Amino acid sequence: MFKSMYNWIDERLDITPMWRDVADHEVPEHVNPAHHFSAFVYCFGGLTFFITVIQILSGMFLTMYYTPDIINAYASVDYLSHKVAFGVIVRGMHHWGASLVIVMMFLHTLRVFFTGSYKAPREMNWVVGMMIFGVMLGLGFTGYLLPWDNKAYFATQVGIKIAASVPFIGDYIKTLLQGGEVVGAVTLTRFFAIHVFFLPAVLLALLAGHFFMIRKQGISGPL
Amino acid sequence: MAHDRKPGEKVVFVGDSRVRLKTERLKQPDYSAYPGKSEAFIPNFLLKEWMVGVVVLVGILALVMSEPAPLGYPADPTNTAFIPMPDWYFLFLYQFLKYPYTSDHYVVFGTVLVPGLAFLGLMLVPFLDLSPERRFYRRPVTSALMIVTLLAMGYLTYTSWHHYKEELKEKNIIPEDVKREEELRAAKGAGKAAPSPSAGAAKKVAMVAPDDPGAAVFKKATCVACHGGELKGMPSSGIPALLGIGDTLSKDDILGIIKNGKGNMPAQYKDNIGKGLTDADIDKLANWLSMQKSK
Repeated sequence: MFKSMYNWIDERLDITPMWRDVADHEVPEHVNPAHHFSAFVYCFGGLTFFITVIQILSGMFLTMYYTPDIINAYASVDYLSHKVAFGVIVRGMHHWGASLVIVMMFLHTLRVFFTGSYKAPREMNWVVGMMIFGVMLGLGFTGYLLPWDNKAYFATQVGIKIAASVPFIGDYIKTLLQGGEVVGAVTLTRFFAIHVFFLPAVLLALLAGHFFMIRKQGISGPL
Repeated sequence: MAHDRKPGEKVVFVGDSRVRLKTERLKQPDYSAYPGKSEAFIPNFLLKEWMVGVVVLVGILALVMSEPAPLGYPADPTNTAFIPMPDWYFLFLYQFLKYPYTSDHYVVFGTVLVPGLAFLGLMLVPFLDLSPERRFYRRPVTSALMIVTLLAMGYLTYTSWHHYKEELKEKNIIPEDVKREEELRAAKGAGKAAPSPSAGAAKKVAMVAPDDPGAAVFKKATCVACHGGELKGMPSSGIPALLGIGDTLSKDDILGIIKNGKGNMPAQYKDNIGKGLTDADIDKLANWLSMQKSK
């Protein structure tokens, strides 16, 4: 039945070549840990993506309970981590995943750096990768405020102060992030929007570019 | 037309004539130049990746179950005793801004110039390191710069965390998330409902009998320095509020605490006598404090 369903769609949209583009390729021996255990360093990029998927899924479930306003933000996080079934697991995954994704991405960057894989013709993919790095740090910074406890509040206050010290545009960055005179209600809604809509959208676009370029250029050869 | 074609006939869409018909598909990279056994991504390699993914997921879940995500007390902008700390991966930058030439007048060096140059350098490394050599030991300058940066970041992160721990110890502060977790555990052990501090729902306890002679004594006594004229204390520094203290402590308990101290609070009796208070004043004071009941 699946075969006939697939054929029905394929007949109309010609999806077989697309599917082949995504899936039909070979993995060379030097990146395959089954052949050389030391090739596990080539897993870091894939694991970064895996944890990113966990972050997106757990984040989607968190927004079912989270309320981005200064009265209820803390209360909703508190409720979700102590009263909601499996809420502590979902929030825990998002909390620890946020750190792990940075660790994995860092290891992946170091692997690419020390194997010289960023060299021609893969310069563009390295630049896109560094942009992803920046977006991930932005996600970490904006997500830190959302539980709205003292740790979140004062760290963000310091972070915005650091951003405001940038010459010429510092005040504009501060206004953009903070939205008002102090870190308050507007800051929280802005950080929520940036964390949940703006940065993930940018991240997905950059990831698509990252993967397309890997697929197009193939994995860099053995050293 | 598509709707009156014969069964089995393939539909061919003409499409927009401005778009060139793509005849060549994304090419499968040819790994025949590399030695060894390549294998198909689907299903062979994907299956192995899947297994690695499962192991990693189990690891993450073990971490999540053993260490629940921390949550402190609701944000209070008037709290002045809180030590701000960013997430661990920003600590190196946070620490970097504490040195003489990266702070105050030179803060732009620390916030923009050095991190900006480092990030820009890293981003543009394919255009700076142009040798075709890929092995890291064959391009010593690039590798050495990276290793030095990594060591510096490691050192800064460690130092920042070390200072934070020292500061906590020095000021006798327990991190809020730890304190709250203990509070929740204590409530659970006592079979009570979990207390839930919340910015909006915090119960306001009013001061009882502010005209009592004890209140005037309180303002003159050493108590006011820490517990505050409004009896609110400094919860973030572990100094309890005295509002509602009469719920749990009797007048004799309070006299005992003034004489002997409690927890981090040293004995206050002698200092107050030194300030010119009499035993009768201290008695009035304790009496007034024991009147502070929340209901």
